[in-house]
Amino acid sequence: MENWIVGMIVLFIKLIVILAGLLLLATYLVWVERKLLARLQVRYGPNRAGRFGLLQPIADVIKLVTKEDTVPEGADRIIFLVAPAMSAATALLIFAVIPLGGSIHLLGRPVPLVITDLPIGLLYIFALSSLSVYGVALGGWSSTSKYSLLGSIRSVAQMISYELAFVLSIVPIVMMARSFSLVDIVNAQAQCPFVLKQPVSFILFFLSAMAEIKRIPFDLPEAENELVAGYHTEYSGMRFGLFFMGEYITLVVLGALVTLFFWGGWWGPFLPPLVWFLIKVLIVVFFMIWVRGTLPRLRYDQLMRLGWKVLIPVALLNILATGAFLLGTK
Amino acid sequence: MAELSNGVNRRKVGSMGRIIEGLEGLWKGFGTTLKHLFRRPVTEQYPEYKRKLPPRSRARIILTRDPDGDERCVACYLCSAVCPVSCISMQSAEREDGRRYPRWFRINFARCIYCGLCEEACPTLAIQLTSDFETCEYDILTLVAEKEDLLVDHGGKNKEYNFYRYAGVTMVGDKGTHINEDKPIDLKSNLP
Repeated sequence: MENWIVGMIVLFIKLIVILAGLLLLATYLVWVERKLLARLQVRYGPNRAGRFGLLQPIADVIKLVTKEDTVPEGADRIIFLVAPAMSAATALLIFAVIPLGGSIHLLGRPVPLVITDLPIGLLYIFALSSLSVYGVALGGWSSTSKYSLLGSIRSVAQMISYELAFVLSIVPIVMMARSFSLVDIVNAQAQCPFVLKQPVSFILFFLSAMAEIKRIPFDLPEAENELVAGYHTEYSGMRFGLFFMGEYITLVVLGALVTLFFWGGWWGPFLPPLVWFLIKVLIVVFFMIWVRGTLPRLRYDQLMRLGWKVLIPVALLNILATGAFLLGTK
Repeated sequence: MAELSNGVNRRKVGSMGRIIEGLEGLWKGFGTTLKHLFRRPVTEQYPEYKRKLPPRSRARIILTRDPDGDERCVACYLCSAVCPVSCISMQSAEREDGRRYPRWFRINFARCIYCGLCEEACPTLAIQLTSDFETCEYDILTLVAEKEDLLVDHGGKNKEYNFYRYAGVTMVGDKGTHINEDKPIDLKSNLP
């Protein structure tokens, strides 16, 4: 009985810590992105709000919260209100299965640093990333505005196209780790990270995840100079803030997935596992911001061609090759 | 070398060559932005560093004075006539020694477009535009400037110019005493 209660308390503490940490990380990721992008463009980022602009995200939050909340006249009210929440919620929920480290010992019992280590953790992640398409689709549709509709149509088409490459590029990882559970996948990299054994998979996953998150160079659906702001044109105040946060949380999620699947998760010498995990996630984030500052965006037809004609065939061939290799070396 | 239909000579690039070119482009792009990361930003931080503006910059308007200390403005209404938005108004009056001066002189800076036409029109070089652009106010009614706000104690851009030494009614000598003026011709000396 008391074992059960202690278990529940530990679970709640983990939930609170991960939720708070994630929200804080997403907020300050906005700061990191603005400063880093600015330095890549030979200019200062925000440096007036607080020392080095560190209070800028707080100023942004205050601005968003105090803005007028507009709902367009012909909009479907309930769906309009729910759409940003869906976007942010699916992003946050993915973190339920992401392990931040091995087990630590607290109060004499081993506490795994993951909220729940589902045996089908990977399927859960794929399901949630498919659900995140809903937030975009509903947001654009319920806004009843031309730009929003166009933006959301393009976003949805882009996301479902790259969904396939996303999933197919992870299949070889599952084949090599023999399990869908994320903790098992990380433990299977104890000797050698999968990026060395599956470089093609790594590149495919990186590209398709960047397209899922709608980051440059795949951000045409929300490009300012093409579609005003795409599917989140009609959102103001904290609703827009929720979409925005959802984007940055998915960025962190991508970083976490890349480190878990390819870079060995929390393995590393000298430093504690959690620190290694954070370092690897931040390296991925740095790389994404670097890409944003360097590359122009792909035109919509180029984007679709890349997804269907290049990434999916290469992913399928990769699966065949991995299968043949594993059978051959059995 | 393949020749295209419009006459341009072009080396045929194989698919491997295209891949190399693509990777080279990516490498150069990423290299440039990485270099930028370690470069000093070129932004000039405004309130701490204020750039010096050229002398012909057109911002706040002033009314200047002679080298003798008199105000140059003779209330001829030329600037007010040329102003495209009619933001200058004044009223002339005459001093005891006959020289005109503006009794009051008003510029509405809320309408002024800082075009500089008044500066070009002024015959005595009284009204001039300086490079002081930080004249923002919260209340629009405080932007109407009277003569006291506009008149300064120096000569502006032309410190040595006094209109009445070159033209106009002579105040200090007879006819022919202006600078660059010929002496008056004595008609009686031309008689045969």
